[in-house]
Amino acid sequence: MSAPTETARGVTVELTDLRRSYGGIPALDGLTLHLAPGELVALLGPSGCGKTTALRCLAGLEDPDSGTVSVGGRDVTGVPTNKRDMGMVFQAYSLFPHLTARENVEFGLLLRKRAASERRSRAAEMLDLVGLSSQMDKYAHQMSGGQQQRVALARALAIEPTVLLLDEPLSALDAKVRVQLRDEIRRIQTEVGTTTLFVTHDQEEALAVADRVGVMRSGVLQQIAAPEELYSRPVNDFVADFVGVTNRVPGHVSGGSASVLGGRVELLPGSAGDGTATVLVRPEHLTLDRTAANATVVSASFLGSHAKVVVTPDAGAEGTAAAPLVVQVRSADVGSFSPGDRVCVRPTGAAALAVAAG
Amino acid sequence: MTGSPMTGLPLNGAPVKGQRAVRLRRQTWFRRVVVTVVVIAFLIPLYGMLNFTTHDPSGQVDLTTWRTLVDVNKISTDYPDLATGFVASVGLAIVTVSVMLVLLVPTMTWVRLRLPSMSRPVEFICLLPLTVPAIVLVVGLSPVYSWLTDWLVYFFGESVGESTIWLGLAYVILVLPYSYRSIDAGLRAIDVRTLSEAARSLGAGWPTVMWRVVLPNLRTAVLSASFLSVALVLGEFTIANLFSRTNLQVAMYLLGKSDAQISIAVGLVSLVFAFLVLFAMSFVGTTRGRTTRSPFRLRRNRQEST
Repeated sequence: MSAPTETARGVTVELTDLRRSYGGIPALDGLTLHLAPGELVALLGPSGCGKTTALRCLAGLEDPDSGTVSVGGRDVTGVPTNKRDMGMVFQAYSLFPHLTARENVEFGLLLRKRAASERRSRAAEMLDLVGLSSQMDKYAHQMSGGQQQRVALARALAIEPTVLLLDEPLSALDAKVRVQLRDEIRRIQTEVGTTTLFVTHDQEEALAVADRVGVMRSGVLQQIAAPEELYSRPVNDFVADFVGVTNRVPGHVSGGSASVLGGRVELLPGSAGDGTATVLVRPEHLTLDRTAANATVVSASFLGSHAKVVVTPDAGAEGTAAAPLVVQVRSADVGSFSPGDRVCVRPTGAAALAVAAG
Repeated sequence: MTGSPMTGLPLNGAPVKGQRAVRLRRQTWFRRVVVTVVVIAFLIPLYGMLNFTTHDPSGQVDLTTWRTLVDVNKISTDYPDLATGFVASVGLAIVTVSVMLVLLVPTMTWVRLRLPSMSRPVEFICLLPLTVPAIVLVVGLSPVYSWLTDWLVYFFGESVGESTIWLGLAYVILVLPYSYRSIDAGLRAIDVRTLSEAARSLGAGWPTVMWRVVLPNLRTAVLSASFLSVALVLGEFTIANLFSRTNLQVAMYLLGKSDAQISIAVGLVSLVFAFLVLFAMSFVGTTRGRTTRSPFRLRRNRQEST
């Protein structure tokens, strides 16, 4: 993933100690977030974690109880939505049904009193950017969901916003269109260079498009980092569990490493201290062989580019009988594992996080 | 018929299809009978009205009444109340529809967007006039109108203060339930929240959101509400009569005392007009979706092309 770059269009965005509660329940609990100019940051988290509230506070659609929002160094906390100059794509289809695709894209420019000729050329340019030049005279009900969201993106970009806000724009689309459109969003964002906040509950989406991904839980930002770092160096078990698949393996911590399944793994900073712990090991950080069997195969599934084998480890020296473990193997090897096979499961030694057992 | 030895039910589908066909034929006949009875029930009085206004007492065909009715100068001179009543009713329809739309569309949109907890009380208030008889409404409104008339006469003179047009305020109350239902259905059919937020994020203030986004998408609902209101206002008699104001219905009633034929002819015209309004309303309702082009959009395009 490319590092955030300084661009002519991008501005800095700062959310500082934002708090917002609904009926006494905090949706945002002191959120502080910094977006560099031209950067695409994804906020990821389960439903109700406050990611959409954060985006709406930035858009001006929600007023925070406390905290500040600044864009390009200017405090916009009290500025109404229509004066913030931000483009937004919504989760629900939001094209104006009485206008064609072209007129939808022209809408923001019309409000800015741009000349008709300028509006037309800009709309054509934006629709071309999202690959919908041929659909410009169609109404929303004549377009597919994916096309509608592309037009919504073109509409948001047409006004040359200081910040682009994407509120789960792909969640209503089917899987194939979703992957296609998310790649396009990334391409267009890189091309245009607008600072972008992307909210999603889909980890794959977030990891695929963002320069940095922030994981939220109960209104608190748990960790924000580049996708690779977030995946390989989670700061707590929530992040490790939420981003990717994680095996929770009983182990014993001593001297900065842990003994797990008969092998040793280095521990990430923030891991639990010496003693019994649960070590969070990724499926690709486990290997299977036929040497000293310590587990039984439960199932083996072919997943295309790789395969997944589920094994149940025997009750070992490190602790009680563990839950089934997911092990990633090469797809070519999946045929060599059948349910009931005795195998040896071991860690590769890649660094992992250890949390207090329990 | 071949049947199952155990159950006696037909083994193949043909007899079942036959029974269904018989049932469908019966339903079709029943529908035709009902429609015929209803049409007769409506048409006989209308025919009676037409017959009454096109024949003299001796039974000879006489079209004088209809010739008088289409002669604007003559009817204004001979039946001044009718002209006054007609103008007043048209004015009342315009005022009622305007005030109703200005009052109801922003309120209902705002309630939907910002105060959803108020939707029940607003619905209750809007539907309340259905349960209040016109006579009770007049009793309740009398002191209000008394005060309003005094105030208006004091500031603007008698011609303004005692104008029939102020009845429009009472008529707005009268049309609230029907208008509310139409506009509510329209608002339910669109995602007002997302559309308005999208418009605001693009730089639209609230008036622009209402004018350029909400209203064009409520076109059908607004037209339905307006047509219903017009039909109601043109047919209103009780309130106008009890407030001693002359609208179309009161004029017809007064006319009926002096020239029954003209009165009935005007009644027939207003009934046909009401039917046409309702027909237009149902036509507008069914063409929704196929013709989503808004008048605002068309006007804008025309301006651009010139």
